[in-house]
Amino acid sequence: MAEHQHEPVPYKTFILIWVVLLVLTVVTIAVSRIQLDALNIWVALAIASIKSSLVVFIFMHLRQESKLFKIGLVTLLVIVAIFIGLTFTDVLYR
Amino acid sequence: MSIEHRDDTGARFGMWLFLYTEVILFSGLFILYAMALAKYPQEFAEASHKLNIYFGTINTIVLLTSSLTIALAITAIQRNKIKQTLTLCIVTIVLAIVFLINKYFEWSAEISHGIYPGSNHMAELGPGITAFFNLYYFTAGLHGVHILIGGTLIGVVAAMVAKGKVTSDRYTLLENSALYWHLVDLVWIFLFPLYYLIL
Amino acid sequence: MTKIALKNTGFYSESPRSGILGWLLSTDHKRIGIMYLFCIVTMFLVAVCLGLALRLELIAPGPTIMGPQTYNATFTVHGIIMIFLVIIPSIPAAFGNLVLPIQIGARDVSFPKLNLLSWYCYIIGAVLAVIAIFSGGGAPDTGWTFYVPFSTQTTTNVNMAVTGALMLGFSSMLTGINFVTTIHRLRAEGMGWGRLPIFIWTLYSTAWIQVLATPMLGITLILIVLERVFGAGLFDAARGGDPILYQHLFWIYSHPAVYIMILPGMGVISEIIPTFSRKPLFGYWAMAISSLAIAFAGSLVWAHHMYASGMSDFAILIFSFLTFIVAIPSAIKIFNWVSTLYKGSIQLAPPMLHALAFIFNFAIGGLGGLALGAAASDIHLHDTTFVVGHFHYTMFGGTGFAFFAALHYWLPKFTGRMYSHKPAVIAWALLFVGFNVTYMAMQAVGIQGMPRRYYDYLPEFQTLNVVATVGSWVLAVGLIMMFVNLWNGIRKGTPVGKNPWGSATLEWSIPSPPPLENFGEKDPVVTKGPYDYKGVIADEY
Repeated sequence: MAEHQHEPVPYKTFILIWVVLLVLTVVTIAVSRIQLDALNIWVALAIASIKSSLVVFIFMHLRQESKLFKIGLVTLLVIVAIFIGLTFTDVLYR
Repeated sequence: MSIEHRDDTGARFGMWLFLYTEVILFSGLFILYAMALAKYPQEFAEASHKLNIYFGTINTIVLLTSSLTIALAITAIQRNKIKQTLTLCIVTIVLAIVFLINKYFEWSAEISHGIYPGSNHMAELGPGITAFFNLYYFTAGLHGVHILIGGTLIGVVAAMVAKGKVTSDRYTLLENSALYWHLVDLVWIFLFPLYYLIL
Repeated sequence: MTKIALKNTGFYSESPRSGILGWLLSTDHKRIGIMYLFCIVTMFLVAVCLGLALRLELIAPGPTIMGPQTYNATFTVHGIIMIFLVIIPSIPAAFGNLVLPIQIGARDVSFPKLNLLSWYCYIIGAVLAVIAIFSGGGAPDTGWTFYVPFSTQTTTNVNMAVTGALMLGFSSMLTGINFVTTIHRLRAEGMGWGRLPIFIWTLYSTAWIQVLATPMLGITLILIVLERVFGAGLFDAARGGDPILYQHLFWIYSHPAVYIMILPGMGVISEIIPTFSRKPLFGYWAMAISSLAIAFAGSLVWAHHMYASGMSDFAILIFSFLTFIVAIPSAIKIFNWVSTLYKGSIQLAPPMLHALAFIFNFAIGGLGGLALGAAASDIHLHDTTFVVGHFHYTMFGGTGFAFFAALHYWLPKFTGRMYSHKPAVIAWALLFVGFNVTYMAMQAVGIQGMPRRYYDYLPEFQTLNVVATVGSWVLAVGLIMMFVNLWNGIRKGTPVGKNPWGSATLEWSIPSPPPLENFGEKDPVVTKGPYDYKGVIADEY
């Protein structure tokens, strides 16, 4: 059943990613202390997205999974975007 | 039953599908958050200041580290280092407990200031701030419940590792509970800037 | 009719445990399917009685058999049971479990234990829903939609009903996860995506909706309970909340949910029409892709339930436009069914009759849906009995008839016995006539302006209401006749062979009822499409 299992990811990779995640946490806090008005929230979301893709692809081994898993994730994100986006058509234009 | 059908990829795919459902569950709360933020940007910034950023930052570091330890546990079991796997699982659980203790102190401080859903003090603060704290308590509360579930799950699987039921040849259970744990971390990655860092 | 013993009893006599535990602890997909079927039919009959009581109350203006509070509670419980306990699981959970693994050539679903767990979630949800009627502050009176602010303020037992709905949602979600994984991972050798029966395609689309939409219901209902317990005011405008957002969250799930209800029904019809026309399904890929398209488009249109709620005009414009998109894949399906019938050698067996009724009813229901989807006409029709008539046309005339069609089509397979056809046809005629009289009258009186959810009405609406109530009695007689006939068929019908209908999908190539692991020693290898009738001969019965 070797085809069903992944190659082990070296400890070093994980630790490196962890350091990057911590650095990004510091960055997101630092940026939030600068007044950018409406941009603040977008920067925060962008950094959070980078952090979460690191977690998803490396920690959760998505990089090693087949295409099916990736298509599934894209479907999920599209659906979430639709739910949020279409709700805004109401709330923003009321 | 004699159906001996083993499909590790299928099991992982099923777990991913379950994680999708969790993402949608939280996205309901994030929709409410986004709409309220669009309506009350000033009040949200003001309310965010009332949250203790140190608690938030420490908990972020704790969760990121726990995500690391459980990810390392997978590599450890793949390399058949059972003792290391167990240690890493236990560290993860300890970090989960640290997170909850932190949360307990943070919440008791806020509640002692009269900030909790349905309180009289909240009613005086006005609708925008009330909306912020309602969402904060419900989102963080739901997240806390997930921490509890995830921690328990890892505990159960760690016991199975110790008994030899989860091995270097058959570790999908550990992988799946790790996936669940990473999801808890993912939610916090978004929760932290949205609630603690709005200016 | 004398009872003839079955030659083989298949999975009924093969089980690691004997007696009732052999069922309650079984992870066999067929046993779980039968348990679902049994519970669903039971709950269906309960809710039918409530529906008949509602119709009887409306036979004359003023209180006839119940007062306003009882009426509110009755339509709420009728709605909760019918939607969450009957229609949503009817075809996916019962027939999906029975048929899906066999049709793709698998021995079971991917996660058999999870499958059993999902049945238990269903039972817990059902029990909670029933307890909610008789405990606390009385049966919930909010309607099945649990709209705020009323649902957060009423003293009736909303908490328990909502918790029940939550468990049912969980059950539906687990079934969805199971089916998506099963269809991806467990197809037999040779069962490529182009050889999947359309029933599988619709179950696949449904399962994705169950996975991606149901949690939204979960969070919405959790928030209702939290509102009631903590009084936070998340949906209270005075405290920074927004009651319209509740409706958004609710319909983000509940509109896709109507496709959870109808899509598998369409799948059943797509199996039955080719079988009884002895002709391959017209436009296989159009049918497969339109199932996915309905599932996707279904998640874009939820706010068309909310034109009168006070949401922005811009959103009304967008959602009204998007709503019309859903009509396209649905129309593709209807055209393809009709094209399959064209020049086929049609055999009017009971399943086929129900399938034809489905097409007729669903076409009316679908067109009524366009009248409601267009914002201009919806403002007039909103919250009238036209809406009630419309969704009964799609949910009962559509899914309900598809469920009956599925019963008549697959029960011989899973019981090994054939019911008698003559009573089945008479029952079908009664159902078809009774159904159309009841709900057409309801739609008509709705256009005249009768509001829904009132136990009382103006005297000028009485004629049509009497027609609808009389229609409901015809419907009831038809239902009794159908279920009695099916029950007799299960108990002492003529034994049937492998393939009584001459169908080409995989489940008809194994004995009826199927053995424990479906396919004996060797795994099946699929060499032809699901609608390739060359060389397929129907067994005599």
